[in-house]
Amino acid sequence: MADKATIRVFRGNEDGGEFKEYEVETYTGMVVLDAIHEIQAKQAPDLAVRWNCKAGRCGSCSAEVNGKPRLLCMTRMSHFAEGEAINVTPMRTFPIIKDLVTDVSWNYEMAKKIPEFKPRPRDADGHWRMQQYDIDRIQEFRKCIECFMCQNVCHVLRDHDKKKEFAGPRFFIHLATLEMHPLDTLDRRQMMKDDFGLGLCNITRCCTEVCPEHIQITDNGIIPMKERVADDFYDPVRWLLARFGGKKKKSLPIVQSTGDAGEDTHKTKKPKKTA
Amino acid sequence: MANRVVRLPLVGTGLGATLRKDNWWIGPAVTFAVLSSFIAYATFRAFENNFFSYGPYLSPFYSPYIESKGFGISFLSPAMLILPGPASFRFTCYYYRKAYYRAFAMDPPACAVGERNPEKYNGERKLLLFQNLHRFAMYVAVLFLVFLWHDFYKSLSFDGHFGLGLGSLVLLTNCVLLSGYTFGCHSFRHLIGGSVDSFSTAPFGKLRHSLWNLVTKLNGNHMAFAWSSLFGVALTDLYIRMVASGAIHDIRFL
Ligand code: SF4
Ligand code: SF4
Ligand code: FES
Ligand code: FES
Repeated sequence: MADKATIRVFRGNEDGGEFKEYEVETYTGMVVLDAIHEIQAKQAPDLAVRWNCKAGRCGSCSAEVNGKPRLLCMTRMSHFAEGEAINVTPMRTFPIIKDLVTDVSWNYEMAKKIPEFKPRPRDADGHWRMQQYDIDRIQEFRKCIECFMCQNVCHVLRDHDKKKEFAGPRFFIHLATLEMHPLDTLDRRQMMKDDFGLGLCNITRCCTEVCPEHIQITDNGIIPMKERVADDFYDPVRWLLARFGGKKKKSLPIVQSTGDAGEDTHKTKKPKKTA
Repeated sequence: MANRVVRLPLVGTGLGATLRKDNWWIGPAVTFAVLSSFIAYATFRAFENNFFSYGPYLSPFYSPYIESKGFGISFLSPAMLILPGPASFRFTCYYYRKAYYRAFAMDPPACAVGERNPEKYNGERKLLLFQNLHRFAMYVAVLFLVFLWHDFYKSLSFDGHFGLGLGSLVLLTNCVLLSGYTFGCHSFRHLIGGSVDSFSTAPFGKLRHSLWNLVTKLNGNHMAFAWSSLFGVALTDLYIRMVASGAIHDIRFL
């Protein structure tokens, strides 16, 4: 006889819902998404779940299993103790559309607020030149599959609901990609501080813990950005050097936003000359 | 629809609210216990003002040694004069921040676990803005390292002759762990090369890239160094306290 597992799935929407219990037959190599599909096929055809690749590449099937953010397609049933009921719930931080499907559109709105890549002019021969070792660092961030599990687990969004002032870890690594890019010419530090709420992150690392791509979001993305912001805004010695020592500030155009991150109001201005 | 406050109807709010089934509280509980014990021990030793040196050995809690008698405060010890240096380095360290925000402030206690006061949160902006000054604590910590390595060097000389005792090895271990911790610091990593966008065109770019790579390796183990060097300092001091108080005898190899 095949083994059985009990799955408790959240059924409902924003206004309310409850756990419904289902029993599924398990097999070697089965993942939680398989179990959900099994339930959909045989017991609850109206059960809503978002998925696409079933290979951990598309980032669609993010949900929470036993309270932890996980990709349903990459979570093996064998991970759980036999006989233990497995709870499957939608991501907590985003509005629930139905059952396991949440509305993650806030993330796409946030993405639009970030001033895009602006490379310097090409070299005289029409090429852009950079070395592999210049961009090794940011290639790590390009692995992101936009599953938004880091956004979901981040307590600034999850518990404190700072969606208006805080861009979240996924976009901090996007900002880091742009800021560290050898060809990019914009300076987004002031925006990071004032509009994207970098200071709200207290580096408690939950984003890094849940990232299915094992991106070192905190150590390699957020903290280096905090250090850059500190360079410009919280370093009295640098400030004095710039003021009296005649040390020139990097003359990149500063992108500033006049509103909070919920409004699309950024503009580019030339930096003030520092003597 | 976006920007609405959503609460999954099945999880409550407030401290500890979660659907997690694992023992998420063990991590913060251990952190709380270890850090509290260290603070208690360091405070006791700072007030004790005794048994901090033996032969050529000097406890890291009392190094660099600054005479405190001249200040006219009876309970002031040399340790109290210097401990704010390493204490502020550890307090503002990016790793320890994570550790105590979780274990002491419980903001959050663990990932996907509810917190005490969700409405009140400013992160590292208002009250904690000073955390941005970590780099200055790092400069001080590098200076302290010079003194500690010098203490190790001095620990090799017994009455003017070269020697090696167990205490010298203890001091050496302490220096190695503290160097691993200090040079893996995020602010140091930023200083050494993290701030550079284009290594291939920056002045000394290649050199800075190589150094940055080394620091990045240490930085990847920053948590391990943070804990091992914390134990290292406490055990080094304890060793010196024990030989100085006569509880045990130092072993001389050479
Ligand atoms: S480290 Fe910062 S961004 Fe990541 S989960 Fe924690 S608070 Fe959020
Ligand atoms: S950084 Fe990681 S957790 Fe965050 S969206 Fe990208 S892949 Fe998902
Ligand atoms: S279905 Fe694509 S990541 Fe799970
Ligand atoms: S010492 Fe930990 S980050 Fe600087």
